[in-house]
Amino acid sequence: MARNKEKLVLLLDVGPSMHGVLSEVEKLCSMLVEKKLIFSKYDELGVVVFGTEESKNDLTTEVGGYQNITVLQDIKVVDGDLVDTLQKLPRGRVDGDFLDAIVVGMDMLIKKYKDLHKGKKRLCLITNAIHPIKDSFEGSKEDQVMTIAEQMAAQGMKIESIVVRGRLSRDANKGVMDENDHLLSIFSKKTLTRIVYVDTPTSLLGALKTRRVTPVTVFRGHLELSPHMKIKVWVYKKTQEEKFPTLKKYSEKAPASNKLATHQVKVSYEYKSVDGSSTSVIPPEQRIKGYRYGPQVVPISTAEWDAVKFKPEKGIKVLGFTDASKIKRHCYMKDVYLFIAEPGNTRATLAVSAIARAMKEMNAVAILRCVWRQGQQNVVVGVLTPNISQNYKIPDSFYFNVLPFAEDVREYQFPSFNSFPASWQPNDQQQKAADELVQMLDLAPSGKEALLPEFTPNPVLERFYRHLELKAKQPDAAVPPLDETLKNIVEPDPELVAENKSVFDALHRHFELRQNPKLKKSSRQWYQEKQSGSNAHVSSGQAVNSIENQPPVKIEKIGDLTPVQDFEAMMSQRDNPEWVEKAIKELREKILALLIHSDEGDKYQKAVECVAALRKGCILEQEPGPYNDLMHHIRQYCEEKGIKSLPQLLASRDLTLISKSEAEDSDVTAEEARSFFVKMEPKPDV
Amino acid sequence: MDLDPEDVFKDEEDDPDNEFFQQSESSKEYVVYLVDASRKMFSTTCPGNDQKDETHFHTAVSCIAGSLKTQIISRSYDEVAICFFNTREKKNLQDLNGVFVFNVAEREHLDRPTARLIKEFDCIEESFMREIGSQYGIVPGSRENSLYNALWVAQALLRKGSIKTADKRILLFTNEDDPFGSLQDAAKKDMTRTTLQRAKDAQDLGISIELLPLSRPDSEFNVSTFYADLIGLDGEDLAQFMPSASQKLEDMKDQLRKRMFTKRVVRRIGFHIANGLSIELNTYALIRPTVPGAITWLDSVTNHPLKTERSLICEDTGALIQEPPKLFQPYRNENVKFLPEEIAEIKRISPGKLRLLGFKPLSCLKDYYNLRPSTFVYASDQEVVGSTCIFIALHRSMLKHNRFAVAYYGASNHPQLVALVAQDEITSAGAQMEPPGMHMIYLPYSDDIRDDEEIFPDTEEDAPRADEDQIQKAAALIKRIYVKDFSAFQFANPALQRHYAVLQALALAEDDIPETTDETAPDEEGLTRPAVVRAAEAFKHSVYGDSYDEESDMGKEKMSEASRKRKAIAENAAKDYDWGNLADKGQPYLERIQLNNSR
Repeated sequence: MARNKEKLVLLLDVGPSMHGVLSEVEKLCSMLVEKKLIFSKYDELGVVVFGTEESKNDLTTEVGGYQNITVLQDIKVVDGDLVDTLQKLPRGRVDGDFLDAIVVGMDMLIKKYKDLHKGKKRLCLITNAIHPIKDSFEGSKEDQVMTIAEQMAAQGMKIESIVVRGRLSRDANKGVMDENDHLLSIFSKKTLTRIVYVDTPTSLLGALKTRRVTPVTVFRGHLELSPHMKIKVWVYKKTQEEKFPTLKKYSEKAPASNKLATHQVKVSYEYKSVDGSSTSVIPPEQRIKGYRYGPQVVPISTAEWDAVKFKPEKGIKVLGFTDASKIKRHCYMKDVYLFIAEPGNTRATLAVSAIARAMKEMNAVAILRCVWRQGQQNVVVGVLTPNISQNYKIPDSFYFNVLPFAEDVREYQFPSFNSFPASWQPNDQQQKAADELVQMLDLAPSGKEALLPEFTPNPVLERFYRHLELKAKQPDAAVPPLDETLKNIVEPDPELVAENKSVFDALHRHFELRQNPKLKKSSRQWYQEKQSGSNAHVSSGQAVNSIENQPPVKIEKIGDLTPVQDFEAMMSQRDNPEWVEKAIKELREKILALLIHSDEGDKYQKAVECVAALRKGCILEQEPGPYNDLMHHIRQYCEEKGIKSLPQLLASRDLTLISKSEAEDSDVTAEEARSFFVKMEPKPDV
Repeated sequence: MDLDPEDVFKDEEDDPDNEFFQQSESSKEYVVYLVDASRKMFSTTCPGNDQKDETHFHTAVSCIAGSLKTQIISRSYDEVAICFFNTREKKNLQDLNGVFVFNVAEREHLDRPTARLIKEFDCIEESFMREIGSQYGIVPGSRENSLYNALWVAQALLRKGSIKTADKRILLFTNEDDPFGSLQDAAKKDMTRTTLQRAKDAQDLGISIELLPLSRPDSEFNVSTFYADLIGLDGEDLAQFMPSASQKLEDMKDQLRKRMFTKRVVRRIGFHIANGLSIELNTYALIRPTVPGAITWLDSVTNHPLKTERSLICEDTGALIQEPPKLFQPYRNENVKFLPEEIAEIKRISPGKLRLLGFKPLSCLKDYYNLRPSTFVYASDQEVVGSTCIFIALHRSMLKHNRFAVAYYGASNHPQLVALVAQDEITSAGAQMEPPGMHMIYLPYSDDIRDDEEIFPDTEEDAPRADEDQIQKAAALIKRIYVKDFSAFQFANPALQRHYAVLQALALAEDDIPETTDETAPDEEGLTRPAVVRAAEAFKHSVYGDSYDEESDMGKEKMSEASRKRKAIAENAAKDYDWGNLADKGQPYLERIQLNNSR
């Protein structure tokens, strides 16, 4: 336990050019500590910021220099205060020097640990590296960095650099950036660590592995190509899902006065025989396991079972090689394994390299049968694919994916697309619109892949840890909304959508969707059952759900939680025309209530979303009256109260009157509609 | 040590995600297998495996036997009846001629399959002629109509249960496309009409009738002669029904097997493509690990099942906790409490929806982006008309441009970033090998991916790389052990096979447990063929020089008895053959795999 304790110093650039991303840096670093508090409570951490006006570090006092570097926190065992510190990083005023910061960080680690804990000491630098570092007194910058990097390697330290670039760094001098990149790459080579370049706030949040998992081999032994050709390999997990933490059950039975109460809950199982009216608890030794076989339950004792069960021998054997196209990607069953040659074994490394490269050239994969350990009661059949290393320091390796057995596959038949009626077949224009979407809504334009899994944080876990931190301070804190920076993981990037407005317009022009009018009631009910529980979600704050795609869940009333969704659902209930009227009336009341109960305008945003939905609904139903009345009412209300922000909000979203061009029954001209809020003159405060 | 059967089949750290495939009693299926037993079923043969001819009757019966075995494992709540028609003997509740309901002891006619049913049905062909007999039941001059009777009996069997809680199906196996062909006009017309009416009555009661026609290369089963009307096929459906008559027996069996399954929709979801454009998709679990059923604890004295009672007990006070407890996470020296609803709320992100985020080239989908089995999605116009059209258009574009979609799937329990990969339809000899649609692949997040390949190089030197000669030698070896026709799921799971073989034997109180074959065992014989051995030696030499043996002896593991024996066999094998001669022929290797291909 103790020997795995990590000693980490964060080196954070807080200079002016970093201010735009500092809130992400704060989130990332506090998440790091939050997870350490749960999973690695004894890790130690120090925080250094650079780019600050003042200077506070040992080196500046001892030897001078090292200006604009502040040790925010000396190295200590992680605690809650560290989270607080990291959540309010200072905003610096000067452009920092990352090399000075690295030296300060090293100095801290050396002073504290001498040359102990090799390999457990780590520096993590987050900077945009767009400002030149100071020239050294002797030798070139490169020489200087080389010396420092060698010293670092000798001390058994590693440095991880996260460099914020692209959209996130403003116009910077390319020469300086290249120079800095080169200098940082020296560290990376000498201490065998990586530099990560990120160009979106989302990927910045995913750039640092916030939880350190000690690698454990799944298997060490031979990869057997044939009975007399074996290669020594180690197998690790390449992917493994970081699960939602398993929370313990909490008991409130103990009196509050009991300070020593553990509040733990024990789950106990009792096995009872039910014979007529009497029940009796059966002791463990009188129990026997039964296995279902059709309607029968077959009792088998553990000893019997051990005698007959399947007992394969440990080992990994190649069953054959085959063409990569034979294995469909969707057949991969589980998380993925990594096969590497036994570390330090040059021959094995060469053998793996040769096989991997030959496979790559031939576009071949290997089928393997694996029994990871003695005593395992099943075999795993899977596919080995080559992983040709792009980094000359890192050996070639393989990935291994588990494949299904015959019993695991349901071979359902689905209709050929050609068999559908002509009306279901896309015509040329529709096909073109789809082609454009597939090409233009591009997440990987030349080398800039967005949402790269390696840099994409898990939004659910992020939200959990944030809620945990909030709750630690305020036990009844509500579940926080999804972080803005993580919206891009769960919703389309608004910029990308805006850039492709014409593509989406074409899509809307060429494709039409409508509710199936012939739908039988029974199937609707079925659908409702399946969907229940999903209609109570909190609005994501956007009135984007179209009326035609709402699940037909019977909505009787517009609730406070998701008024927009409720409204849209109610409007689409076609079994009775009164729903429309009721929906409009109720949403109108909801909007007015939101206005009146708004404190400093905190509910305006929600009100505006409701207005947007109401407007859309009223146009669809060609019922401009109620909406226009409401708008007049709102304008009057705002004029009386001297509220400016709400009309501005409404105007900015074009939520003005419904004009005649939009609904025949309206008597408002387009011009009137346009100038509706412009003409508004708030009364001066009395 | 107590072993949980679920543990037996999983790797230590994994818990297979079972939510998709656990069958509940509420979604069961009632099936009547209706098998034509006329002479024609016995006299018509197809060339089967090993050049041996198979009768159509045998084909039908072996398909059903196979299906029963699958069913008892994976869908044991489903109930089946097996019913022959055009039989000499009769056995049915209505006492109708020419219909024989096959059953075994301790079982209702329509009931869950039992070990005994499977066992006795396996040898039905031995006793069939003696005990049931074949006799065509529709002859001129007689009012008997065995097909009509068969449908009637099947419908009566399916009277059990409500169609609200169960799917009811009749699967009809026959090779006679014109059952009333021998009759004169008036009689033929009359019988056709009454039979169709009987079928329609059954269908009106919610029973679906599916035809599994058997045909021969030289005489195609003509659906339109009679059966199209009976099962209600017209137009395009009819054209699609018999894709190809000249297919091999194996292909036909394959098709029959696939038709015997009903598709089960896992979930219906909205695929949000753009604002206001959200289509309807059905999701299907085509691939999920099959694990042995849950254990049931029994009283070892009476063999009666025990009731398991789970209770929550407060550790501080010993009190029983009734209400669902709060949850907590120790954090910052205190216990932070959560309500179960709050946890659900945290996970709730675009609930029930699949939101399109954009597209990427297929090359971006790395081999290690995988966590769980994929889910198949296929469009439906049932709720939202127009869904299929958009789906097809996107599907074509994605295939054309070699791109996959990235989307966020807001599943309530496990919201996740996913890749949608379009799969084109693949057919082989008329049978669908890969259905058209999209596969949803669950993508990892940054914290799910590890970089252990980067941890070891702690030397100054570059990593060793194979040179061209070594790569060529490796390629030569790979070519020697290359399998042309491999299918990803051709092996039966040996552990599961063993498990059920044991259960079946014990269920029938048999003394011997039958041997099960492990199809996944490597073809040791093939691997010790001289050509393979020579290629392996050449590769070994190019990488290890003369030091290979030294290398393998250094291993910490002691060589087991078995592998020593194998080694001996291998060495002998290598000695006994004329290397040069055999190696040059490049004999096909891996017999076991090749055999399995034709399953």
